[in-house]
Amino acid sequence: MKPIIQLIATATATLAFATSVIAAPAPATQEAPDQLVKRISADVIETVKADKEIQAGNRNKIMDLVNSKILPYVDSEKMTSMAAGRFWRQATPEQQKQLSDEFRTLLVYTYSGALSQIKNETVEFKPMRADPADTEVEVRSQVNVTRGEPITLNYRLAKSPEGWKIYDINVLGAWLVETYKGNFAAEINKGGIDGLIKKLTERNRQLSSKPLKAPK
Amino acid sequence: MASNKKKTSATLALAAACVLTGYVTPAHAQDPFEHFNRAMFTFNDTLDRVALKPAASVYKDTLPGFVQTGVSNFFGNLSDAWSGVNNLLQGKGAAGMTDVTRFAFNSTFGILGLLDIASEAGLQKHNEDFGQTLGVWGVPSGPYVMLPLFGPSTLRDTVALPADVWADPWRYKVPVALRTTGAAVRVGDQRATLLDASDLLEEAALDRYAFIRDGYLQRRESRVYDGGSPPGKDRPEQDDDRLANVEAAPKPVSSE
Repeated sequence: MKPIIQLIATATATLAFATSVIAAPAPATQEAPDQLVKRISADVIETVKADKEIQAGNRNKIMDLVNSKILPYVDSEKMTSMAAGRFWRQATPEQQKQLSDEFRTLLVYTYSGALSQIKNETVEFKPMRADPADTEVEVRSQVNVTRGEPITLNYRLAKSPEGWKIYDINVLGAWLVETYKGNFAAEINKGGIDGLIKKLTERNRQLSSKPLKAPK
Repeated sequence: MASNKKKTSATLALAAACVLTGYVTPAHAQDPFEHFNRAMFTFNDTLDRVALKPAASVYKDTLPGFVQTGVSNFFGNLSDAWSGVNNLLQGKGAAGMTDVTRFAFNSTFGILGLLDIASEAGLQKHNEDFGQTLGVWGVPSGPYVMLPLFGPSTLRDTVALPADVWADPWRYKVPVALRTTGAAVRVGDQRATLLDASDLLEEAALDRYAFIRDGYLQRRESRVYDGGSPPGKDRPEQDDDRLANVEAAPKPVSSE
C-alpha cells in the first residue's frame, strides 16, 4: 500500500513541479550538485570569454549574466540567514526579505567586477565526496591562473524542492558566510536588524552609481 | 612517556577548543587585542593609501606585463626553496620535492627564476611558511595580531616570522643598495597583484577590519590543512551546530 501512495505522491509532486518550472529557466532536479556547478561555471566562463562588452566592464551585460545564469541557482535566503546567525529569527518576515534582497544585491555588485576579469583561467574540479542521500554537499574546485598558486574555489549546496542550490562559497580558504557573520553581528548590535538593512542599502546605492572599473 | 602523550593530547584539545571558540563567537574570542589591532590596521591602511597603493598602481600601469611577470617569478622562485623545506618539515615529501625541483629548474633553465617554466611543465607552486609548519605540528594559532607593515597575522605566525625572514635568500644580498631596491620592488609587486582584490574588498566589506580578520583567520587555518578542514569539521552540516552554539553564546558586545 505504502509504495503506491508514495508513487502517487511523487508523481503528483513531479507534475506540479514540472508545470511550475515550464516558464522558468528550468533548473533540472535530477542534476547532481557537482554537475550543476560545473555546468554553471563552464557556461559563465564561456559567455565572458565570448563577450567583448563584458570584458570591457559593461555593467548591464554583466548583471544580465549574473541574473540569468547564476542567481537561479543561489539560495540567497539561506545564505543571509546563516550570515545573520541567531539574529535571523528575531527578524520579521519583511525584514528577512529586505535583508536577503539587499545582501544579494551587494554580492552581485561586488562579484560582477571579478567576472569581467576572467581571461585565461581554467577551472579544475576535484572529486566530490558525498553520499547520494546527502542533502548538503561541498563541491571543490580550483582556478588555475597563469602565474602563482591556484585559487581555491569551493561551494556548499543544499537540496531544495527546485533542485540543488548554492548557499556558500569559499574563496582562498575563507567562507563567504563565515566572513560576513562578524560584520552582520556588529551592525545588528549597533542599530538592530533595520540598522543592518540600512547599511546594506546605502552601500548598494553607492555601488550602483559607481562605474565598473574597466579591467586592464 | 605516557604522561607526555597525555599532555600532547591535552594541548591538542586546547588548540581545538581555541579554534572552535574562535569560530562560534562573532565578536571575537580570537581577537583579544582588538583595540591595538585596530590602531595598527589604521596605521597600515594609511601607509597603504598614501604610499604603497599609489606606487603599486604606477608600477602596474607603466611597466610592461612581461617585466612584472619576471619580477614576480624571480621573487616567487626565491620563496619556492623555503616552501620546499617547510613541506619536507611537514612530512609532505612529494610536495616538498616538487618545490625543490621547481627551484632547481627555474633557477637554471628559467634564467635565475625570471621564467616560471616549472609551472608550465605542470609542477604546481605551493606557498608554505614556517607558521604553517608549526600549525601542522599542532601549535594553535593563538590570538589574531595585526603587525605593523606585515599586516594580518596570528601569535603563532608572528613567532614563526623570524624564521621566514632568516630563510629569505634576498636578505643576504650585498650590496645594500641592491638589497633595498630589490625589497622595495618586491613589496610593490606584491601589492600590485593585490590591487583588484583590495578594491573588491573595499566594496564588499561593511567593516573592513573585521572582514579581513575573519577572512584571514579562516584562510590561515585552511592553509595549514592545505584546503581541507581539520578533522571533524569537514561536513557542511556542521554549520547548523555552529549556529546552535552561537545561540548559546553570550551576546557579543559591540566592538565599536
